[in-house]
Amino acid sequence: MFKYVKQLTSLVAMVAVLFAFTTETMAAKKSKTLKNTQKKGFVRCGVSQGLPGFSNADAAGNWTGVDVDVCRAVAAAVLGDANKVKFTPLSAKERFTALTSGEIDILSRNTTWTLSRDADIGLTFVGVNFYDGQGFMVRKDSGITSTSQFKNGISACTNIGTTTELNMRDFFNSKGISYTPVAFEKADEVVAAYDAGRCDTYTTDKSGLAAQRTKMTNPDDHIVLPETISKEPLGPVVRQGDAVWEDIVRWSLNTMIEAEEYGITSANADSMKVSENPQIKRLVGAEGDMGAAFGLDNEWNLRIIKQVGNYGESYKRNIADTGILPDRGPNNLWTNGGILYVPPSR
Amino acid sequence: MKLKKILPQIITLLFIILIFGFFTMNAQENMDTRGIEFGFGFLNKAASFDIQFSLIDYDGSMSYARAYLVGLLNTLLVSFIGIILCTLLGAVVGVARLSPNYLIRKTASFYIEFFRNIPLLLQIFFWYFAALRALPMPEDAPLLLGSSFMTIKGLYTPAPIWNNFDVFMIALIISMVTIFFFNKFAKRKQEEEGIQYPKFLISLAIFILVPALTFLIGGVSLSWSFPVLKQLALTSFTFDGGMGIPPELIALTLALTLYTATFIAENVRAGIQGIGKGQKEAAASIGLTPNQVLKLVILPQALRIIIPPTTNQYLNLTKNSSLAAAIAYPDLVLVFAGTAMMQTGRAIEIVGITMATYLTISLAISALMNWYNKRIAIQEK
Repeated sequence: MFKYVKQLTSLVAMVAVLFAFTTETMAAKKSKTLKNTQKKGFVRCGVSQGLPGFSNADAAGNWTGVDVDVCRAVAAAVLGDANKVKFTPLSAKERFTALTSGEIDILSRNTTWTLSRDADIGLTFVGVNFYDGQGFMVRKDSGITSTSQFKNGISACTNIGTTTELNMRDFFNSKGISYTPVAFEKADEVVAAYDAGRCDTYTTDKSGLAAQRTKMTNPDDHIVLPETISKEPLGPVVRQGDAVWEDIVRWSLNTMIEAEEYGITSANADSMKVSENPQIKRLVGAEGDMGAAFGLDNEWNLRIIKQVGNYGESYKRNIADTGILPDRGPNNLWTNGGILYVPPSR
Repeated sequence: MKLKKILPQIITLLFIILIFGFFTMNAQENMDTRGIEFGFGFLNKAASFDIQFSLIDYDGSMSYARAYLVGLLNTLLVSFIGIILCTLLGAVVGVARLSPNYLIRKTASFYIEFFRNIPLLLQIFFWYFAALRALPMPEDAPLLLGSSFMTIKGLYTPAPIWNNFDVFMIALIISMVTIFFFNKFAKRKQEEEGIQYPKFLISLAIFILVPALTFLIGGVSLSWSFPVLKQLALTSFTFDGGMGIPPELIALTLALTLYTATFIAENVRAGIQGIGKGQKEAAASIGLTPNQVLKLVILPQALRIIIPPTTNQYLNLTKNSSLAAAIAYPDLVLVFAGTAMMQTGRAIEIVGITMATYLTISLAISALMNWYNKRIAIQEK
């Protein structure tokens, strides 16, 4: 009797194993990250330690921002719920290690796309969700209105471990100005030191300057100089070696931008299913088989638009309405004079 | 019988090797799958970032190895200053703790209880952010000691400009060697013939006179470069010339010194209290003066109790100096395990080098203090 029980259980186990293998989709089999995410039930997302407009937590611990919305879009696509995200606040120094070591699966933390980061350290940049450039902030009463008024001996506060430190050196060297860099590990300490008068200028990405200005004792006492000294395309990053996951993150971002291009919003997405335009129908999952290649269902993109909104909605909610950068500048669609241009979903 | 003794050790050793092997292989495999290479070639590449404060010549066009050296020297600098100051302060407070004067005794114990029980990082923040805010801007800074300025941007003091500095340094070394041999000679004289020289006064005279002589006949001269206020913009000023000591270094030194000195003070008190009363009374009864009692009987014995735990405090201070990163003092952790690690992405290599460096510094301090401890230990005759 016992003999049969034993044989039976091993048979059941074998069948179960076989079944588990066959039900797995091809894509999920290829993407370890997707499989793990679906098993865990949440997307593991690395964000900043608090940069208003990009990734910032309120008193109740709710994260908002355009960087946060990228992770929410992926959660909506993969898990069906934009709230199923676990956010990990990271310093500039920790961010890449957290991603390569597998602590997080998406790094969406106002990170500049550069050749050495993309090629050298096991990372892959999937796109750009904000076009930025480095600038300088000074006290208004200093009378400085342009970087051409900088003089030898100026001290500049900034963060360590960012492209900012390198650009700053290039800039001051090319102008032949001697300067004192004062580099802190965390942004809050940079702001505190600059606010106290330790430095004559504060330099980082212009969006960051605009956001951090709101944290100063008297925001109106400070101005951001008009010059932009670098290109800073900021975007989400994934680990190298998981092409399917990389595609999912890339196309989640692209969907948000393309949805704005075709006028699909969180409010009208459902009604767009009966649109005449096949491109719109593909974006709301009513035509084609756009999810199969990722191992997702066909309404993954509809969920992104319904739950997170298109790029324009995200920008307005997080950056424009909060007064950080009301003017979209280069971050407008190519059809509106900006440089946002994404490949088509088809 | 022998096998029984050795076998457990062999098994333990194998086990340790196995664990290390497993972690190494695991790291290797993970790095391979993620396309990360392992190597130290990056150390020769140009660092391309600048550092606020450096003891050696440095700019961003130099290598990462050079940046490492800058960070290491900055760590050693703050540790060295901190160790000297906290030893002095700790000794004074430790003795004050045993003072017969009520006010001095209570002030010392209040200081110890207060600074010992607040987390060090908080103290660093306090000195840097709270005390810094209270300092004046350069243009409002009052003149200190006739030539220095204490401002929010740092302490600006006159900088010495030497002529023939090497001659001066050689004279200084000669004077120290002379003092060493003179003391040896004086000790022998006292032991053999009972003649006593005023050792301290003669040593001091040699220490001052020999280097001073180089000014007269060695062609050494010294002039000073004074800090001068310079306007950068309407309301923005700095100082030109002189020597600028960054406020980050000052805040860090203050915090490390005040914190570590409390522990050293307690060591000193324990050391003095650990000597039996009988020792003091016996010494007095053979006619030694109170000064001689302290110098010849109490201190040599107390030091044996004080040195080992104080060594621990020196190690703690050195390791705690890595909190510098929080306030932008460019130490090894901020420069190398911070910026350099970020720019190269070589986390394993850089963390490894940094750990090995701190280990080496700590072991060196330990070895030095052990040597000193052995020297003052009881020598059985």
